[in-house]
Amino acid sequence: MELTGAQILCRFLKDEGVEYVFGYPGGSVLFIYDELYKQDAVKHILVRHEQGATHMADGYARATGKPGVVLVTSGPGATNAVTGIATAYMDSIPMVVITGQVPTQAIGSDAFQEVDSVGITRPCVKHNFLVKDVKDLTQTLKKAFHVATSGRPGPVVVDIPKDVTALKADYVYPTAVEMRSYNPVTRGHGGQIKKALKLILGAKRPMVYSGGGVVLGESSAELTEVVQQLGYPITSTLMGLGAYPGADRQFLGMLGMHGTYEANMAMHGCDVLIAIGARFDDRVVGDVKKFCPKAKIIHIDIDPASISKVVKVHIPIVGGVKEVLEELLAALKTTEQQRDEDALAGWWQQIEEWRAKKCLSYANSSELIKPQAVLEALYKLTDGDAYVASDVGQHQMFAAQYYPFKEPRRWINSGGLGTMGFGLPAAMGVQFAYPDETVACITGDGSIMMCIQELATAKQYGLPVKILSLNNGYLGMVRQWQEFFYDKNYSQSYMETLPDFVKLAESFGHVGLRIDKAADVEGALKEALSRKDDLVFMDFITDPSENVYPMMEAGKGHNEMLLRELA
Amino acid sequence: MRHIIAMLMENEPGSLSRVAGLFSARGYNIHSLCVAPTEDPTVSRLTLVTREKDEGIVEQITKQLNKLVDVIKVLDLTEGEHVERAIMLVKVRATGARREELKRLSDIFRGRILDVSSSTYTIEVTGVGEKLDAFIDALEPKSILEVVRSGALGIGRGTKSLRV
Repeated sequence: MELTGAQILCRFLKDEGVEYVFGYPGGSVLFIYDELYKQDAVKHILVRHEQGATHMADGYARATGKPGVVLVTSGPGATNAVTGIATAYMDSIPMVVITGQVPTQAIGSDAFQEVDSVGITRPCVKHNFLVKDVKDLTQTLKKAFHVATSGRPGPVVVDIPKDVTALKADYVYPTAVEMRSYNPVTRGHGGQIKKALKLILGAKRPMVYSGGGVVLGESSAELTEVVQQLGYPITSTLMGLGAYPGADRQFLGMLGMHGTYEANMAMHGCDVLIAIGARFDDRVVGDVKKFCPKAKIIHIDIDPASISKVVKVHIPIVGGVKEVLEELLAALKTTEQQRDEDALAGWWQQIEEWRAKKCLSYANSSELIKPQAVLEALYKLTDGDAYVASDVGQHQMFAAQYYPFKEPRRWINSGGLGTMGFGLPAAMGVQFAYPDETVACITGDGSIMMCIQELATAKQYGLPVKILSLNNGYLGMVRQWQEFFYDKNYSQSYMETLPDFVKLAESFGHVGLRIDKAADVEGALKEALSRKDDLVFMDFITDPSENVYPMMEAGKGHNEMLLRELA
Repeated sequence: MRHIIAMLMENEPGSLSRVAGLFSARGYNIHSLCVAPTEDPTVSRLTLVTREKDEGIVEQITKQLNKLVDVIKVLDLTEGEHVERAIMLVKVRATGARREELKRLSDIFRGRILDVSSSTYTIEVTGVGEKLDAFIDALEPKSILEVVRSGALGIGRGTKSLRV
């Protein structure tokens, strides 16, 4: 069947099972928009800025595991999408971004709205394509979805010149895809797994360190089973939260810069570290020279390049986290090797002593709203079952610390790139995927302003996201670093002219609530949560002096944490 | 240490810039780079020479290259026995008695005179980098008019071969 490029694209998206395309029209993609208009299988979501489209697709992908799809025009459409593409790239989120391009004969002539989209996105995509011949379009789209979703996932850009969307070619949906240069491994090396098991069972002070790869690899159940069968302590990176039940006794909380005291001390003291789907990010590791000084390290990861990139590991296992954990579990059931129960009992006793420090306690106030108290109230009122999307800053850390996730894919945040403006559109992407679930957006007065325009999109599609803005009048994390490390020179971190957020929300057609007393926090949250059909913007006026503790300063070791001093 | 990394990749526009971009983005050093299609026009072979003190970085380089979607195979030739060659073309001033002397020098280095004018020779020399350096050193510096050198090409010794 002969179809135009634009028809091929729409048909392909339908055949690929794509539910939503998040996008914004423009000159180079008008043939595509004309075809979108004539069909209703794929729903197009009109955003208000291309960055919003990428974060929405990203939030959708993080919550569902399915690839997010974005459609933008050439030039500024593509450049506006770059922040969102880089955000997805850093956190290995499957995404396919279709960018319009000027017609093939105009490429390279500095045409109107022309940029080298493939060149600009190259360093922040898993792969990208420029489709110069309509005959290649179908195969290229199939490859794009295959590359984005397999192995270590990531964003893929497909740049389509305008003439290619008008020219015709045969279309048959390709069921298979073959790429001789791309064959990601899945099964781990049997010998390595055996060696790892021996080391794991022989450990006297073991520690499991799990990351976002467990969530991406859909292996939360396997992780939980392995860890519970071993009875070992486990910590998680920011990206991995929820993969292991956050309220379980074996879970020591997040590790790293704002991790718990017990998690970081256990990292420092362990003799065997089992890293699963984690990439030894600098915010986790601190000073590489002081990292886990007594430990033999096992690292399970699908990406060989993640292994021994930052920290030299002793037993690398390249493979899908799920496959490797399944094999480990099978081997665990048949092995005769016993754990060192006495050593383990002593190790747990030590961990409980660290835990007894209660490093997350804070002085609650009956007057000023403490940001931590807002998160605790949200946890209580949603029974820990909400989808929580967050922006970037202090509020993000408070959410990670005070909302112990029960399940994976509930915690949606920009961990790697740390993109302010991510929270609201990401929460909206989640709400598209799960219209009946509670989706909360934790944000701050700084971050929310970076993609505030998407409130209009939320109105257009009736998305009842609950926005919890922890408004302290500062760029809180910047202010905290300035207080600690820059002589309290609060350079440009004070937000002097904030809008009236209640009126702002109302002007977009939403409900706005301003909460400035500690006693009103729960009531406001209850009211917001009971409004099932409304987007509610809660402007919590919080204690401006509050800091995130504990803290491991950049370049320090896990055993050198700053703890909150309570009066 | 100096490493010669050989790779096969899809012969597609942009493939080379992915490799070059990887090196600049991650701060790896490229000493030289040679790329051309192979007997299979859909496959390019790329040979790059890098000098990194830290062997961990060399390991990262090969892993990151392997990770590029267009890259089919990567081999660090310096891990095994191998042959390497580079080519150099030198245009030198050649007048009077110096013409005969340059011809002899070229013969010593198994060079070939490719082009002759009344006052110049253009000499081709192939070999490993040190040999090419030695030829340059043997020439009178003032007589050198132009030098063009390829990067190293490499191939493993014996029956094993790097193929798709």
